[in-house]
Amino acid sequence: MQENTTAKTPSEKARLLLALFLTFLKIGACTFGGGYAMIPLIQRDIAKKHKWITDDDILEIVAISESTPGPIAINTATFVGYRIGGFFGAFLSTFGVVLPSFVIIVALSFVLREFQHIRAVQYAFFGIRAGVLALIIKALWLMYRQCPKSVLAYVLMAAAFVAVAVFEVHILLVIVGCALVGLAASLLAARRERT
Amino acid sequence: MIYLELFWTFFKIGISTFGGGYAMLPLIQEEVARHGWMQNAELINFIAVSESTPGPFAINISTFVGAQTGGLFGAFCATFGVVLPSFVIILIVAKCFLRFKNSKIVAGCMSGLKPAVIGLIATAVLSVGQTVFFPNGLQMQGLLTPAFMVSVGIFVVMTVLLFKKVHPILILCLSAVVGIAAGYILHLPLS
Repeated sequence: MQENTTAKTPSEKARLLLALFLTFLKIGACTFGGGYAMIPLIQRDIAKKHKWITDDDILEIVAISESTPGPIAINTATFVGYRIGGFFGAFLSTFGVVLPSFVIIVALSFVLREFQHIRAVQYAFFGIRAGVLALIIKALWLMYRQCPKSVLAYVLMAAAFVAVAVFEVHILLVIVGCALVGLAASLLAARRERT
Repeated sequence: MIYLELFWTFFKIGISTFGGGYAMLPLIQEEVARHGWMQNAELINFIAVSESTPGPFAINISTFVGAQTGGLFGAFCATFGVVLPSFVIILIVAKCFLRFKNSKIVAGCMSGLKPAVIGLIATAVLSVGQTVFFPNGLQMQGLLTPAFMVSVGIFVVMTVLLFKKVHPILILCLSAVVGIAAGYILHLPLS
């Protein structure tokens, strides 16, 4: 993988960076839901339309975005931007993907505060909260289906749940602990294979 | 200093989120409750708002908590905090891409992290469920109220519809309509 920034005049570079910013601005404004919802838009605009990088590159970047800290949406935008335009590409892509969210939500948070006390709005949110629970259950189910199944995986799922829900262990501690257990288990498995 | 607090809290949340969408939810719930920034019901209301407005969930929720707690500059601090770790880490990883991609250590950690995130989201389901069904705490008489029955009804129907691939925004609209209708017909108490 090499950067796509070779042999470009300054004005070409500036035009590329502007196009990159506008593309991610559009992607940020058109994404509904979590970071995964962004991937088809990135594939369409970055790979098909502009041909800056290939579909395979994007899938590889998404795979890495899953295994580095940080929300997938931000990781993916930063990484794609870096591959296409170096540091400034990364910066402008991330800025572009964040900006629509930021503006819309800041505006909305003031509006919400005004309307929160209306009776109908409170009833609407009463119903919506039950709907949100259904959304989270569906998301949990999708993640469960994608997770590789093993005895250790089931044990870690249960352990993380019990640690936080029953013993109120800090979530960060649970995350680090489970990562270390996974690491230890895979290193042990690798050693057993070798001998 | 609320701004520094927001930045630092969301920096921690950003650095310890793995995956997309709701992976961030348990940590946000914990931090928001610990600081007393918002009630759980408000946070759940916003999940619905976030689903039906443009922008990835992670950014929407950070901006919202920041705006509710510290106004415009609070929103900026929270959003900047959640983005910064991602940005720096990806720049580093991008430079040693191949080593990272083939790393046994990264793969090993991920094999433990993926199930952990599922367990953690399950705890979020528990606390969201408690706020939805027992907003006044766990009591036996809570089981018999009309509000409880309506919540259970909406939840069951919407779950079925979601698994039949009805769009999330339609689900939320339907839930709102049922909530308003049931609220006025049954004269449900306001929280």
